[in-house]
Amino acid sequence: MTSTAVPNGTLPVGSGLRAPGRRVRRSSLAGLGLAPFLVYVALFLVAPTIIAIGSGLFAKDGSFTLASFAALGDPVILATFWNSTWLSLLTAVVGALVGALVCYALLGLSPTGFVRTTVDAACGVLAQFGGVMLAFAMIATIGIQGVLTRFLRDALGIDIFADGAWIYALPGLIPAYLYFQVPLMVITFMPAVAALRASWAEANLTLGGTRAGFWLHVGLPVLAPSFLASALLLFANAFSSYATAAALASQGSQIVPLQIRTALTSETLLGRENLAGVLAFGMIVVIGVVMCAYALVQRRAARWQR
Amino acid sequence: MSRAAGDIGPAPVTRWIIGALVGAIFAIPLVSTLLYTLQDADGALTLDHWISLFSAANPSVIKPLTAGLGNSLVLAVVTVVIVIVLLAPTMILVNLRFPGMKAAFEFIALLPISIPAIVVVVGLTPIYLQIGRTLGTGAWTLAFAYGVTVLPFAYRSIQASIDAVDLRTLTEASRSLGANWATVFITVLVPNLRSGLLAASLISIAVVLGEFTIASLLNRQVLQTALVVVGKIDPYASAIFTLLALTFCFLLLLALGFAARGRSRKVRS
Amino acid sequence: MTRTIRPFRRLAVGAAVAGIAALTLSACSTGASDPAGTAAAGETGSSSVDAATATSLSDFGTLADLEAAAKKEGKLNVIALPRDWANYGEIIDAFTAKYPEITVTEQSPDVSSAEEITAAKTNKGLDTAPDVFDLGLTVALQNTDQFAAYKVQTWDEIPDALKESTGLFVGDYGGYMSVGYDSKKFPAPAAITDLLKSEYKGAVALNGDPTQAGAAFGAVGLATVQNGGTLEDYSEGIDFFSKLNSAGNLLKVDVTTATVTSGETPVVFDWDYLNAAHTKDNKDWKVVVFPGNGYAAYYNQAINVDAPNPAAARLWQEFLYSDEVQNLWLKGGARPVRMEAMTEAGTIDADLAAKLPEAPKDTLVPTEEQSKAAGTLLGEKWAAAVQ
Repeated sequence: MTSTAVPNGTLPVGSGLRAPGRRVRRSSLAGLGLAPFLVYVALFLVAPTIIAIGSGLFAKDGSFTLASFAALGDPVILATFWNSTWLSLLTAVVGALVGALVCYALLGLSPTGFVRTTVDAACGVLAQFGGVMLAFAMIATIGIQGVLTRFLRDALGIDIFADGAWIYALPGLIPAYLYFQVPLMVITFMPAVAALRASWAEANLTLGGTRAGFWLHVGLPVLAPSFLASALLLFANAFSSYATAAALASQGSQIVPLQIRTALTSETLLGRENLAGVLAFGMIVVIGVVMCAYALVQRRAARWQR
Repeated sequence: MSRAAGDIGPAPVTRWIIGALVGAIFAIPLVSTLLYTLQDADGALTLDHWISLFSAANPSVIKPLTAGLGNSLVLAVVTVVIVIVLLAPTMILVNLRFPGMKAAFEFIALLPISIPAIVVVVGLTPIYLQIGRTLGTGAWTLAFAYGVTVLPFAYRSIQASIDAVDLRTLTEASRSLGANWATVFITVLVPNLRSGLLAASLISIAVVLGEFTIASLLNRQVLQTALVVVGKIDPYASAIFTLLALTFCFLLLLALGFAARGRSRKVRS
Repeated sequence: MTRTIRPFRRLAVGAAVAGIAALTLSACSTGASDPAGTAAAGETGSSSVDAATATSLSDFGTLADLEAAAKKEGKLNVIALPRDWANYGEIIDAFTAKYPEITVTEQSPDVSSAEEITAAKTNKGLDTAPDVFDLGLTVALQNTDQFAAYKVQTWDEIPDALKESTGLFVGDYGGYMSVGYDSKKFPAPAAITDLLKSEYKGAVALNGDPTQAGAAFGAVGLATVQNGGTLEDYSEGIDFFSKLNSAGNLLKVDVTTATVTSGETPVVFDWDYLNAAHTKDNKDWKVVVFPGNGYAAYYNQAINVDAPNPAAARLWQEFLYSDEVQNLWLKGGARPVRMEAMTEAGTIDADLAAKLPEAPKDTLVPTEEQSKAAGTLLGEKWAAAVQ
């Protein structure tokens, strides 16, 4: 029982002292604050996702059926899921590392300075540069007649396509994907890197630590949660990326989004639209599994936050 | 030149090496595309393609481009408003009041890029049919779908900022000093989250200006669909307009970045 | 605290309501909302003609009546008509020049025939739905309930084999599957098997994936009939491309005009009118249609049964089947569907007709069953064959 007269309603948040009637009022008010976003997400994200996946549950004539899900066991489909997964993992990890390196190079620069602003703008633009034009930029650079290919062949005698035109198969997607993965990493990871305080480095130095020790014991653990989260974002981005692959590695539909495209838009193989819903469901399952793994790693990495 | 003892960043030499290397790698494809537009059938350098595209102010080129660009800019503005007015306060609320929901929130935030746009449109179709009947078929209604498309990127940027700032202490402190929620949000939290909010806004604008699939499948005219239409005039047109669109987007983001810095400079002094 | 929070909430709620009201009002005033649209589709104002159910020009009266009804609608949505495909750019410009009151919106030039139908269903009842389609035969046959029947003035001059009897869809232009090549860098292939030779290493490309695109599907068909197979079984064609791939001659990139001009895809399997379009950018680009068994296909025009601008859609059809536009298609290197009749009447542009590659002795066109069987076969075998 407090002896000081505390006016109702001015108790600080989280102080643990609550006037009895206020508690219900405050959390319902907070719950109401969540409502607009939840309604928006329900309408434009949850509902379309359910409808899109639900399309896999209905056969062409409209009858409910689970038969389409058998397609997920088809070896060709499993192979495409595997292709998508390793391609996304590879570009996510490499993209995350290179992006983190760039963030490190930008560390310490004034956030409102010329360099940071320019790099932010450039990364913003390049992170969304994809599709037909990115594919063409890749073709113009390292295609059979690309500028770089010809330079390597004529000036340095190296023929990068001696074993076949890998650029138009899965390996060719790697440089194309990295082209937008790295800028995306820079954009999403930079706020975390910029939040590293110089005072921590100074404190480390004062306490007799080395620069390497700082990064090992302070910098990397602090950044780890954000790094992993950004890497996860890169994985999901590559996994569902469609337009670039459609233009560059279109033959053979070797990744899942291309299989979805064939199911939905083929001129020659008609009537497989419900396969698209099933494949989308499979994609969400894969992302869900990766997110579980991420959550496990995150708990370890974010220990210091608790 | 020796570095200050507590310097957290790398040496200037390291910065330059990383910057030059990565910058060169990323510039090469763009330079190759530029070279392509400057070459004719024999491989000699020529400005013909650029000149022929702009000499006759071709209405079949100008009309779709201006319509698409205008729509895209409106969409960018509305999407940024959705991010700042709807997403950011909700994230702050979740971080302050419902920390247990963070995992679920993260999954929802990642859902939009888990499935390719061509499938999402299958689900968006009936909803946009209803929207078309009530709010009209103007391109601006696409912003609702775009707000969801930018969700993963905006979420990550804002969350990185939130993680770096001790929201709880700041709110408690300002509330105990007598501020109401509006004041807390506008004058305390937003300036601290400036970096994340700005990054989220910039990536949202970039996403909206670069988005093609949803607009195309819902038959609206935006910048990217206009580029595809005029790109069919001749192959060089595609490459030239893409380079111009990239430059325009870059300059726009640069201007916004500088405008934001101008304001914060004033606050600091 | 309660005292300070209430005004803020009121302010927020008030602002939200005002904002929503403003948006709704502005959206309604932009004039694009649907209730007006569906009403207009049902009645056309002054005339008593229901344009949405008109099946021929006589329902309107004269061409001038149709033009008036179309101008009243003032808009036309076309889809999947790239400007560089069979000279569609010039055709659209000619339509706009002739009827400046009608604004033509070109939607999604890159989509496939199946996506055109999807776009119609996705936008059903809205004013962004496409008015007319240009479809491959398989897709047209599968979606006849999406079309409105209409017979153009020149209906009788169109061969029976190239039109649906009630006018649901009509062939518009067609061509032979051909091989285009850069003659400065490669020798002319005399037969399809020449392409297996080492001088074509890393050079031959298809216009798409055969399980996906009609042009690539046609390339496999051509390979089938040129290698002794029949349209009943496309295995010969798949084997040919498998051999081409093992020889290292097959490039698995989608051909675009940009890849042709940059020299990335110097030898291309494509429809002859699409290959002919590349000569504009490269004087040395030549097109060859192999003699003997020729593989041909016609595209088809159809009107959307839910077209937001039905009169304009029908005017577009009349426009396309007029002499002037049939000759414009000929200019694009395609064979217009009224070619026989116009050649007899002398209205065909003789110079352009002479420029077409020589037609092979036998022309083979797959039926619906053959197409379906081939599609299924490709779905099973293609990806593995060109691995």
